[in-house]
Order: sequence, then C-alpha cells, then structure tokens
Amino acid sequence: MSKEKTPRILKIGILRFDPHDPEDVPHMETFEIEESDGMTLYIVLNEIREHHDNSLKFDFVCRAGICGSCSMLVNGRPTLACRTLTSKLDENITLAPLPLFELIGDLSIYTGKWMRNLNEHLETWIHDKENELEVDKLEEKMEPELADEIYELDRCVECGCCVAGCGTIQMRPEFVGAVGLNKIARYHLDPRDKRTNAEYYELIGDEDGVFGCMTLLGCEDVCPKDLPLQSKIAYLRRMMIKTSMKNN
Amino acid sequence: MKVIYTDVLIIGGGLAGLRVATGVKERGHDAVVLTLVPPKRSHSSAAQGGMQASLANSHMGEGDNEDVHFSDTIKGSDWGADQEVARMFTHCAPKAIRELAHWGVPWSRVQRGDRKAIINAESVTITEKDEAHGLITARDFGGTKKWRTCYTSDGTGHSMLYAMDNKAHEDKIDIHERLEAISLIHEKGRCYGAVARNLMNGELVAYVSKATTIATGGYGRIYSVSTNAIICQGMGQALALESGVATLGNMEAIQFHPTAIVPVGILTTEGCRGDGGLLLDKDGYRFMPDYEPDKKELASRDVVSRRMTEHMRKGKGVKSKYGDHLWLDITILGREHIEKNLREVKEICENFLGIDPAVDWIPVRPTQHYSMGGIRTKYTGESQTLKGLYSCGEAACWDMHGFNRLGGNSVSETVVAGMLVAEYISDFLDSSDSNLEIHTSKIESFVKKEQDKLDALLSKENGEDAYILRRRMEEIMMDKVGIFRNETDLKEAVDELQELLKRSKNIEVFRSKSRAANPALVNAYRTQRMIKVALTCALGAYLRKESRGAHSREDFPKRDDENWLKRTITSWPDENQTMPSVSYEEINISTMEMPPGFRGYGKDLTKHHPMTKVRQDSVDAVVEKLKAEGKDRFEIQDALMPFMDKLPKKYRGINARLGENI
Repeated sequence: MSKEKTPRILKIGILRFDPHDPEDVPHMETFEIEESDGMTLYIVLNEIREHHDNSLKFDFVCRAGICGSCSMLVNGRPTLACRTLTSKLDENITLAPLPLFELIGDLSIYTGKWMRNLNEHLETWIHDKENELEVDKLEEKMEPELADEIYELDRCVECGCCVAGCGTIQMRPEFVGAVGLNKIARYHLDPRDKRTNAEYYELIGDEDGVFGCMTLLGCEDVCPKDLPLQSKIAYLRRMMIKTSMKNN
Repeated sequence: MKVIYTDVLIIGGGLAGLRVATGVKERGHDAVVLTLVPPKRSHSSAAQGGMQASLANSHMGEGDNEDVHFSDTIKGSDWGADQEVARMFTHCAPKAIRELAHWGVPWSRVQRGDRKAIINAESVTITEKDEAHGLITARDFGGTKKWRTCYTSDGTGHSMLYAMDNKAHEDKIDIHERLEAISLIHEKGRCYGAVARNLMNGELVAYVSKATTIATGGYGRIYSVSTNAIICQGMGQALALESGVATLGNMEAIQFHPTAIVPVGILTTEGCRGDGGLLLDKDGYRFMPDYEPDKKELASRDVVSRRMTEHMRKGKGVKSKYGDHLWLDITILGREHIEKNLREVKEICENFLGIDPAVDWIPVRPTQHYSMGGIRTKYTGESQTLKGLYSCGEAACWDMHGFNRLGGNSVSETVVAGMLVAEYISDFLDSSDSNLEIHTSKIESFVKKEQDKLDALLSKENGEDAYILRRRMEEIMMDKVGIFRNETDLKEAVDELQELLKRSKNIEVFRSKSRAANPALVNAYRTQRMIKVALTCALGAYLRKESRGAHSREDFPKRDDENWLKRTITSWPDENQTMPSVSYEEINISTMEMPPGFRGYGKDLTKHHPMTKVRQDSVDAVVEKLKAEGKDRFEIQDALMPFMDKLPKKYRGINARLGENI
C-alpha cells in the first residue's frame, strides 16, 4: 500500500444538456470530488449523481470494460469511462458525450440505434443457404488458428469510440466507420458465411464503405479493444479493388 | 394510452430473451423484446470462461456425455435441482452449442497433437486426437468430472451474445431499447403483457401480449459488492412478485464467486483456476489442498468461497484498506497462454489494478455472483401460478441449479432454456388457450396505476432519500445474508429490511423532477422494489434451518434432507404486506434418478431422508438388472426417470460424439 498523502480534489467539468427540457441549453458544469485510491470515472460519476446532482445522466452497465456502454469524451478523447483511472489524469477533467450519436441527455447517448442500423445495413450475420443446421450432428470443423483470428475481430464492443474518432464520418454521415468495416472483415474471414466478394462489394465497395476512409486512422488510436483496424481496412480495400477489376 | 399488441412480449434482451425471441419467430409468432440497454450490452456479455456442453472432443473430455454432465449438475446443486429439468438441460446443451456454432460463434477449437497444460501446479503434456482436430475444445472448470467448458478465449458470453443478437437482426425481431417493464398486466390468474416506461422520454406504454417472458437476469445488485452488471437489480423478480400471483423460488440461494478482484468486485473467470491458476494466502502458501485434497482449487464454487473465507478468518488473508483478500496466481500459466486464453482477465488487471497478471498475483475474494433463485416455473418455463407468464435464464428458478450452480452452466442454461421455452410458448400460442380475453379498460387501469405511482413519487415532499435506503439494504445483505449465515444476523436482516420497506413507501425524488430521462426517479422506484426482493432472500435464508449448497448456516451446518429437501416459495399477494408470504414445495425423492448422496467435500454431515435408501436400492436394482440384459445407457436412464416425452419433438434426437452415434 502506498503511503497516505492528501488526496487531490478533482475538478470534473461535464458538458450538460437535457433535450427534453425546453429551458435548457448545452452548458459546462463543474463538480469537485475528492480522489480516492483506485478511483475510476465510474466511481466519480456515481458519486456526483448520489451526492451532488441526482439528475446527471450517463450509461454504465458492466463497469468492467466489457460491454462498451460508457464511451464518452474524456479530455476530448473517446474512451470507455468505467476503466479510466483518475490517477492517470490531471486534476482538471472534462467529460462530454460522444459526438455523432443521438443525445439522450448529458453523457448518455443512443449508440444502440446507430449500431442496429449499421448491423442491419451490413447484414452482420452468417449467410448460409447451403447447410441446414442439424443440431444432433457433430459441428463443422474449423482450423483452430482461424477460430482465434475470427475471435480477434469479434472482440469489438460497439462502443462507438472509432466512430467518434473518425475524420471521414464528419463529412460523410452515411460512412460505415471502422466498426462496420471491421465487421465485414470478420464475416469475410469466416468460412461459415458464404457471401461472395461481389456481394461484399455491394455492401462496402463505395465511398460510404471502404473507399470513403481517408486513412486518418483515429479509429485505431482510440479503439479500447486494440483491434487491428488499420490492417483490416487496408486488406478490405485491396480485396475490393481486385473485386471491382474482376467485375469490370 | 399507447398500446402495442404482440404475440410474445419478452422482457430482457440478453441471451435467454433473444433465444426465446428467435425461437417463437421461427414458429411464426411475433415477438417484441423490451430491453433496458442495447441487447449486446446485456450482462450475458460478461460471462467469461465458458459454456458447459458434453461434446467430449478434447482429450480431457473423453468419456464425457449427458450422464456425466447430469451427475455433476445434481451434485453441484446439493440435490436441490429438479432432476428432470437437469436431464432436459444436459440433453440439449450440445444442440444449443452446435446451433451457436452454426450462427457464427468462433468457439476455440481442438489442435491435434501435443500441447502443454498446467494441472495441479505441474506442467503436463496432453495429446489431442487427429480426428478431433478442428472440433470445439473445452477447458476444466470447478465441480466437473470432465473438461467440459467450451469457450472463446475468455470472452465466451460476448461472442455468444453477439451471434445471438445478430441472429435476432437477421430474423427481424422487434427490439425496443431503453424500455423498462414496471408492472405486469394480468387478470384472473392470466398474464397479458406489461406496462413499460420509456427511459428516454418517460412515456408509459402498454404492451399487450398472449404470452409474456421475463428474462431479466439475476438480483446481485441487492448486495453492495457484486460481480453483476449494475442493471442486475432483480427487477424481473420484482415484477413477478408485485403481480401478487406469480411466485419466486429459492431466493436465498445466492452464489459467491471465489475470485472477484478487490475492491471493485469485477470477476476474473473460473477459467483462471480451470487452466491451472492457484489460490495463495498472505504467505504465498497454496492452502486449498489442505481443505479439499481431491478437487483443491477446482472444488465447486460454494465450497471454494467458504474455504477461502475460513482461511481468511484464521488470519491468513492479506490485509488491505478494503479488508482482507487472498491471491490468485496465474503467472505459472505463462504470458502466451494468458494473452491468448485469458485476455479479458489481463485487460481487467491492467485497467483496474494496474498490474500484469503474467508477473503479478491478483488480489481476490469471494463476491456475490449468481442468483440460483428466481421466478418459479414449471419445466415449460411457465409460472406455476400465473398462466401466460414465462421466465428463463438467471431470472427463473427452472430449477436446474438447486442451491449451487456449476461454472459454465449459466450461459448454457440461457440458450438451452431459451430454445425450449420458445417451443412451449409456441405450443401455447398455437392453442385457443392463448386468446386475449382482457378488456381495454382493464389495461388502462394498469397504466393509470403506474402513472399515479410515478406522480406520487415526483410530488412527494419531506420524504426519504432512496440512496440512503438502498445503500443500507445493500450493506445488510452483504453483512448479514452472506457466505456464512446465522440466526442472529438473519433475524436482524429481516427486521431491518422490513423497516426499510416501510420507509421506502415514503421515498421522495429530490430536485430532479423530470418525467423524461431521470435517473433519480428510476432509482426511487427500483429501490422500493429491490427492498422487496432482498426481503424474500433474507426471510428464505432465515427460515431455512440447514446448510445446502451456497446457503450455509453456521448454526445448522448439516444438510437436512429429512426436513429441508424442498424449495422455498415466496409471493406477495397483498401489496400492503410488509413481509412476503412463504410456503414450501417438496422435492420428491421417490422419482429421482440420482437419490441424495454425499457431494464429496469435507465430512459428510448430511441428515438423510429415510426415503433416500429405499430409492437408492430400487435404482441400483434397476441398473443392475438392465445392465445384465445388455441395455444401453439411454434405456437404463429412461427406466429410472423418463424425461424425453417432455422435450419438444425436434430436440429429442441423440447427440453425436466422436465414437458415439455418428
């Protein structure tokens, strides 16, 4: 245990706005919180809600960095709040909701709707009309390394950090983002999904898909799961160019 | 009044709820899923270590089958489980996992040839068969005879949930996000849906349905420290309870997981110990072999949690400002293994503790983890007392876990129960029994009642602070209804919770008066309900004068089959009651396939029921006779406790395994 010393007083500035309150306008509000050992922004925000302002809105679910609910801008950078230790930050901390998503209030955003539209648009499920599921039979075999590679891409938690960190989407709101491209890479890698390259091309072979990316790669910098977004986007782009040349 | 009609209303968008939704949809019925959060953020996603299914692909799983899985589950439950339900479950678990493989879960696979593993702190070589190469592999978990827990690294629940939610997208299931069911609509013992509140704009909506399913998970958050997501507040159980008609089963059966990190209570998977990790005390001494020489760190969860607590009480815990803890050592597994198979654990250690688990020991202690109790159902998932209300997954007491759940059996239950209950609901919908016979004015009265309650909360003055009541409730549960329980503490817990319940009727929502998104209002009404749920647990624990599975009474250390082989049933028939009503449901030994016996931990203290020996003799005689006649294991099982006719026809097939039924 570290030696006792006077705890810091954190100054937490929060961008607040209640869209359901016609009187309200977006404004910053600062709360002072005494730092404790091992304190995370999850603890900070709950303390504010419980002891300072019970109307403060934010989204935590697992509070363990697993579910992807609590993404927000911490000092301007998209990240998961629950696993952000205050000890790693300066005593002045600003928090704001992730941009681009519909605001529910304060730090609470409607990522679910955005992600659902994305998943429906890209049809992020196994497409297989050849094999009937037979639950009594042995499962289809898969190379162990391939299963591991798919899992690697399957680790995305749809937190939206890559969307908030994306330069392209600022100008092109229909852009599927790294989250979308990563999902396509995941299904493309999966032999259980029988979609052809040409079918994938239909989904992402345009400027709202893989050709829209300006390669600023803010996505890779902010991804809390360290997904290999850069290499997957590059791979998809090469594959899509090949496919388009074959098609012509 | 806004009314939405559907065939099946599903409350809860985790694995169980989504599996019911896709199942009824496949049978041609409409479903609406109500969920507090986007389904992919449900607590199912936090399941790390794996899903039990007796595939027997890996070398250490050879010889595994439904019989072994069944026997492990019943022993694990300390004979509290419904054996027919456990049979249905173990029979369908391989089907559920194969279905999920088909839908895209990237299960970790068997690699042919030699590999190194750590077993009992020693490095051993395991040789995998050629023909198993590429099939789903499994790891060791506590309380199991075989390596049966299938996994994707340590993100099993995440992968399963993503595949399941994507399947729901494909099937065009209606999912209504950020909608919270706040009361069940019912009349004359029949459930017709629920009143729900939109958490974004505050609107109340009546969802009217022929069948209603509660799949809202457990109630871990009635404790101050829990591994559960913060949404696991027992609101599904409260919905059932407040109907006054539906009943809850075994609410006192609460599991403590041995290895949550200190102080925040985030889980590190049982896979850590399954893969060879050790528990050490303040001296770096491996203590579990002293207590449980046979299973050591891989005894059942309730046993390991108690042994850890005993050891800390002997002064062997590591002192910290957050209280005593012990160490989990996974350094012996090596960095490569940790970064491949325990990467969530690694991330959690880095982010919340600032340590590297490949080098440092992890501070852990037993923490509230799972609710074996829940909405009491028949094997079909339907409430025993409220027709048209179904429940499955952790929300339910179905009851395959009895008084202690095995690791890896929970995510497995979600998808198995989901697939079965979807069929039973569909059968109900196909019959004329399911017709809606409720007048609009009745629906309206349910909505109005909820609106009035919310108005009263918002207009209350000089009332109680919900946070204060809730924190006190959490402390009471933690301190007095914990791992070891006794009469004095439990009596105090029951009395004080009852007092809190009375005070909670007077809760005021301070300052924050918005009818739209308003966390203070949500906390107010949930606190009132959580206290009721807490009371069912505390009262059940106080009355149960024996020790069984996770319910451990210091003053009654014996399992008492003679008096307590029964389920605690709680209900709340009158809303003015300040204590739940309690009754008991006998568990019949004479029909058991596996009569009560010794679990194999510590000394056998069981006070046996006289019927046990009679039934055991009869089971032994049947087995001996049929074996002599050359009957196979299926025929013998069927003679002891037939269950196949209870299963939907499509799931009665015999499971293929390498070397069996191929």
